[in-house]
Amino acid sequence: MRPITYSRATDTATAVAAVSADPTSDFLAGGTTEIDLLRQNVLHPRRLVDINQLPLTGVELLPDGGVRIGALARMSEVAATPVVRERYPLISQALELGASAQLRHMASMGGNLLQRVRCSYFRDAESPCNKREPGAGCSAIDGFSRGHAVLGTSEHCIATHPSDVAVALMALDATVHTLGPSGERSYAFDDFFLLPGDSPHREHPMAHGELITAIEVPAAPVARNSLYLKVRDRESYEFALVSVAAALSVVDGTIADVRVALGGVATKPWRAWRVEDFLIGARTVRSNFEQAARVELIEARPTPMNAFKAELAQRTIVRALDTLTGDPGRSAS
Amino acid sequence: MTTIAPAIGQSLDRVDGRAKVTGSARYFAETPIPGISYAVLVGSRIANGRITGIDAGDARAEEGVLAVLTHENLPSIAEQPPLIPSLGGTAAPGQTFFPMQDDVVHYAGQHIAIVVADTLERAQYAASLIRVSYEERPPLVTLDQGRDQAYVPDRVFGGWLPGRVSRGDIETGLAAADVRVDTTFSYAANNHNPLEPSGTTAEWDGDEVLLHDATQGVNATQITVARQLGIPLSKIRVIGHYVGGSFGSKAMIHDHAALAALAAREVGRPVKLVLTREQMFTSVGHREEQEQRITLGATRDGRLTGIRHHKLSPTSHFDDWAEPSLGVSPEIYGCPNFDGVYRIFRANTMTPTFMRAPGEASGMFALECAMDELAGELGMDPIELRERNLSAVSPSSGRPWSSSGLLECYRRGAERFGWEGRDPRPGRRREGNWLIGTGMASAGYPVVLPPNPQRARARMYADGTAVVQAATPDFGTGVATVMTQVAADALGMSLDRCRFENGDTDLPNIAAAVGSAGSGMISAAVHSAATALRNQLIAQATGDSNSPLYGADPVDVVVQDGVMTAGTARESYAELLQRDVQPDAEATGTWSPPGGDPGYGMMTFGAQFAEVAVDAELGLVRVRRLTGAFAPGRVLNPKLARSQLMGGMLWGLGQALLEANHMHPRTGRWAGASLGEYLVAVNADAPDVDVELVEVEDSVVNPLGVKGVGEIGQVGVAAAIANAVHHATGRRVRKLPIAIEDLL
Repeated sequence: MRPITYSRATDTATAVAAVSADPTSDFLAGGTTEIDLLRQNVLHPRRLVDINQLPLTGVELLPDGGVRIGALARMSEVAATPVVRERYPLISQALELGASAQLRHMASMGGNLLQRVRCSYFRDAESPCNKREPGAGCSAIDGFSRGHAVLGTSEHCIATHPSDVAVALMALDATVHTLGPSGERSYAFDDFFLLPGDSPHREHPMAHGELITAIEVPAAPVARNSLYLKVRDRESYEFALVSVAAALSVVDGTIADVRVALGGVATKPWRAWRVEDFLIGARTVRSNFEQAARVELIEARPTPMNAFKAELAQRTIVRALDTLTGDPGRSAS
Repeated sequence: MTTIAPAIGQSLDRVDGRAKVTGSARYFAETPIPGISYAVLVGSRIANGRITGIDAGDARAEEGVLAVLTHENLPSIAEQPPLIPSLGGTAAPGQTFFPMQDDVVHYAGQHIAIVVADTLERAQYAASLIRVSYEERPPLVTLDQGRDQAYVPDRVFGGWLPGRVSRGDIETGLAAADVRVDTTFSYAANNHNPLEPSGTTAEWDGDEVLLHDATQGVNATQITVARQLGIPLSKIRVIGHYVGGSFGSKAMIHDHAALAALAAREVGRPVKLVLTREQMFTSVGHREEQEQRITLGATRDGRLTGIRHHKLSPTSHFDDWAEPSLGVSPEIYGCPNFDGVYRIFRANTMTPTFMRAPGEASGMFALECAMDELAGELGMDPIELRERNLSAVSPSSGRPWSSSGLLECYRRGAERFGWEGRDPRPGRRREGNWLIGTGMASAGYPVVLPPNPQRARARMYADGTAVVQAATPDFGTGVATVMTQVAADALGMSLDRCRFENGDTDLPNIAAAVGSAGSGMISAAVHSAATALRNQLIAQATGDSNSPLYGADPVDVVVQDGVMTAGTARESYAELLQRDVQPDAEATGTWSPPGGDPGYGMMTFGAQFAEVAVDAELGLVRVRRLTGAFAPGRVLNPKLARSQLMGGMLWGLGQALLEANHMHPRTGRWAGASLGEYLVAVNADAPDVDVELVEVEDSVVNPLGVKGVGEIGQVGVAAAIANAVHHATGRRVRKLPIAIEDLL
């Protein structure tokens, strides 16, 4: 039988120490992706430290009006939290458009950020993949790449970051808090996800054994007028081809604050800085939205099979902003 | 329960519904077998080349491992019979190739080793320790790679169909046309994914073997494995009561059945072999990637003058296989000139296989989209165009239809759907971001008869309960339910005193239930057996001086609720048998299908309607409602028939918008070998589905006039959806599935 040692940690420091001490070990939280990958021989840990009992749950309101989400809070729990629904509709929408009800009850928020890519060549343990086996080559670049990324890619990897909620959190400048072998750390959200470059096997900056403990979302009045728009082939239970997390605040027809992040098109949750820069202070007219979207996608590097994503992403950005502008009942101004 | 009304035609609940939802129904892998061991298959990483070495040392050294079998030590099979569709009643392997006989690799996933251990987990782990080295050659897998090597085979589809079909003179026909439509359609490959994966358990007792198999035909498994193992048919028994769906993946007997038997013989213990979900993509066939070109010619008043329908697709190195996509296009409309050609090329793939509406679903997409284009060119309503080309006879043979109902399907379907008054101009209806469109298509599926006799047995016990038996498994169709109904009516009994027993080669032989032939051929055999038993018991009573019925003319005897009545004389089956101290009575019934030329064209017809909403900016297509009207002959159980037809229509939705797989041109491996990547419709995609049954009387196809509902529900749906997308947007998408990028 496949030799895996399983233990259940009851305090965070012990869990971190256990995994830090053994390079062949991994944390196990909801397991909704990890167990699949174990079964598919993509991951080969020899020790699993179950962290589900750790006191890292719950959603806590912060004094500044933000929220602190425990790493082990389940997707469904966070989505249902009233303060999240009220202050950050884009977060609850992103969560509820992800996975299935069953998976949302199991999957943890920390695990969601760290979920592995859906590239079928990464998941087929027999196909060459630089992320799984550095230097083996990328099967996606000349393979079936319809769902792959057009932004943030490299010649070594074009796998799309699959998370929905990470896109919403990216738009909100969230912070990731961790506990590692050398103590507590925090990462700005944009720094937490690495571009593949020439080391696509490195997806985040954490050391082995470092554990996400919480995600903090700062107060963001703009987020009250926000949404998560997800475009996919199937109506439910599918990863995004393109998604947009957007928040907009308009004063006298002029954009006072705007947040836009993209999913489904990039190798990490993609903050659309150029869209935001273009739109701040601009009028809420469609031509401005279109131009902002065009600027963001200028550097798209598609394959012949996913070239449509550059256009689809622009249209989805415009649709999201149109929607936020068009409904006066939800206007933040 | 009393049955004044006949049982046939009632919407009886599934007789095994409770067993299925409570989990007491046993599927093959759930059969408890003492001393069972577990086999895990290892598939080839490469798609083309040869194995230069297999290092199984670590695997063999693992605790609990009983055997590692490869081409180096697996005993050779006796023979590999040729691929012949399992309806034929002969050996029916999924391909004319059996793995692990030598070191050659023909396709990715080809089975190259079996590991057997005392637990599943040990077998899985040991399998992961096997190191295989290969001499690898570039594979040829895609349509674009093989296009230049295509040839026209003499026969396709296991030898059952010619590679070229024609009548009249196509060039003359097209030259005579006022209007021509010439379009090419491309199709991604499809994989079937029933809930229950395929697999087999094998248990030897001396030189006899018992298999529990997930199959559409236990006899097909029996005959195929007997040939492969070189053992007498009398030494192999196959059981398969419940099968968790198939859709064609279990229509043919794939190599895991014989491999399980071989492995069990090697380890001297019973072996259970269940394919993983990933292996379902490389072990049981698939619907091939393909391209179809259709040319239609018509006169200004909409009469077809010529249909040219050519198909290009990859097949394996072993078989000239193409799903019969050109089967309905020459038959459904009256047209004097037809030219159909299959072109295939050899690729690094296993032999493709039957997948629900095999051929009809893809062929009718091309024909019915082209008909919609033609209607547009002619400025004619799509239904009007089709009605003008209706044929009272089978256009290829000139023989009358055994039954049709197609016109009625158009009319009733159109009425239910609300087709009348449709503005034919595209892009006219808008609701917010959504453009709304409607489309329709014809459906046709041939009535396929088995070539040899089908049998069933009926037994009456002295307590007045009856058992009717036939070998067929129930793979979710509801056959056990409808055959109970058929038996009850033929015996003149209430449903609750009849039981249908099935799924065992020890029971009378029935061919594999494929090609929508199951309900027709099994009901014929069951009806025959039950009628024979009833006649036998009536004859016994009327010839028995102790019976109140003594001396009555048997033709005057009617039976109801198990009581035989002639005038005022009455005697029940139970009274008769008890008085004669006879524990039971039994009769066998045989149905011999009309062989050769039955003198009729035989086809099941229908009409499909779809309403879609298209977000043209984002490329989204959502199907709002589907209506299908079908004429499947006699409907044995409307509830079950609707259920199958509805399922077929939803398959059509999946075919239209979601289902696709692609082989990597460099590795020959599927891109989506899991249900995470291979998308099928989910509940959120399923619209309102409206099914209309148009009953037509048919005295030719089989005794009860049953034409089957397994496949016709899917045929034409994808075309109706594509035509609706065009109506919504003005865009013709000539590929399947229709994807977001096709509409941007």
